[in-house]
Amino acid sequence: MNAPLKSVTLDGNETGFATTKLDALLGWARKWSLFKYPFVTACCGMEFMALTSPRFDGTARFGAEAPRFSPRQSDLLWVVGTISQRQAPVLKRIYEQMMEPKWVLAFGTCASSGGFYDNYTTVPGIDKVIPCDVYIPGCPPRPEAVIDGLMLLQDKIASGDRRPAIVKPRFDPVQGAQDGLVQIRKKGLLEGGDK
Amino acid sequence: MSQAVIQLLRQKFGAAIVETHAQFGDDTAVVESSKWLEIATFLKNDPACAFEMLSDLSAVDYPERTPRLEVVAHLYSLTKGHRVRIKTRVGDEEGEGAEIDTVVGLWGTANWLERECFDMFGVNFRGHPDLRRILMYPEFQGHPLRKDYPAEKAQPLVAYRTDEEAGMSIDKQAPFGPHEGMSFARNDWTKRAEDAN
Ligand code: SF4
Repeated sequence: MNAPLKSVTLDGNETGFATTKLDALLGWARKWSLFKYPFVTACCGMEFMALTSPRFDGTARFGAEAPRFSPRQSDLLWVVGTISQRQAPVLKRIYEQMMEPKWVLAFGTCASSGGFYDNYTTVPGIDKVIPCDVYIPGCPPRPEAVIDGLMLLQDKIASGDRRPAIVKPRFDPVQGAQDGLVQIRKKGLLEGGDK
Repeated sequence: MSQAVIQLLRQKFGAAIVETHAQFGDDTAVVESSKWLEIATFLKNDPACAFEMLSDLSAVDYPERTPRLEVVAHLYSLTKGHRVRIKTRVGDEEGEGAEIDTVVGLWGTANWLERECFDMFGVNFRGHPDLRRILMYPEFQGHPLRKDYPAEKAQPLVAYRTDEEAGMSIDKQAPFGPHEGMSFARNDWTKRAEDAN
């Protein structure tokens, strides 16, 4: 678990044999067969639906499509949305009922840090209650960010690295724009409007 | 709009109507808390009022006033198409002893609305069939929408993990902030208030 393992290398030859390390093989198998338990509590659920539906197809492509609504049959807990104090015992119990090896993904700012619910109602991030592997910021995160998060988790599973990881923003429009504002123009207008 | 209803109330209940005013298009009557149920019954059953619907029932905390809590009910008449707002004031400076009669017998929806009002403000409704907390959990202490409840005071049901258990800092600000390339960070409002002073 300490030293990150190399990814799977299949040294094949004509006779059809491949050699690898057992851990690497297991990691490779696990990362492509994640069974998710969706713990969906709030508005991020809408984005979760967008992610899993055909346009983004964000889970089936990564072998993580099939949901299991029993924690005993799942190995990836998606915490999607705000976790209220009242719900924290439920979340913790679900997590404890899952079989090892198990991973947790915090979908959205609320699950990651409580978001703007900075008050008595909300758990300030699920890591206060259960361990968390990948944090995906965004309110809600775009499907691309979630796909980044899922791929990050796959890398972590393959390498056996259990340290928490954060999805970095691909592009922050506010920092990128000249005067701090995002400007949307029709195509062609920027260059003088000849088109 | 519903001036006629206010007139009727004044005629019928006289001194029990403490004051009346109109705001945002709704006529309001502030009534004696002891007459709350009687007036509500009249408003529902009198053919000239006919308020079949209780749109909302809530409370407001005015810490500087005595009585401190104000229970507000919004009524609407489906047949007459008019509205009225009735209020009553309860509780001492600490909000203790805030108690009025329930109106569950008149409007079924009052059941959950009064439970919410009890949960958030600590108003007791005499005769309510099931006066329990509705939003917060039974272990919760205090009434969070009272102005003297510190908004950030959480009462976790599950003990938070410590940094040692987590093997990393799980302070609220992490993992989001300027260091992760985000252009926002959590505001420390308490600190900002101190800096301003
Ligand atoms: S992060 Fe935003 S979108 Fe997601 S649950 Fe919280 S408030 Fe809703």
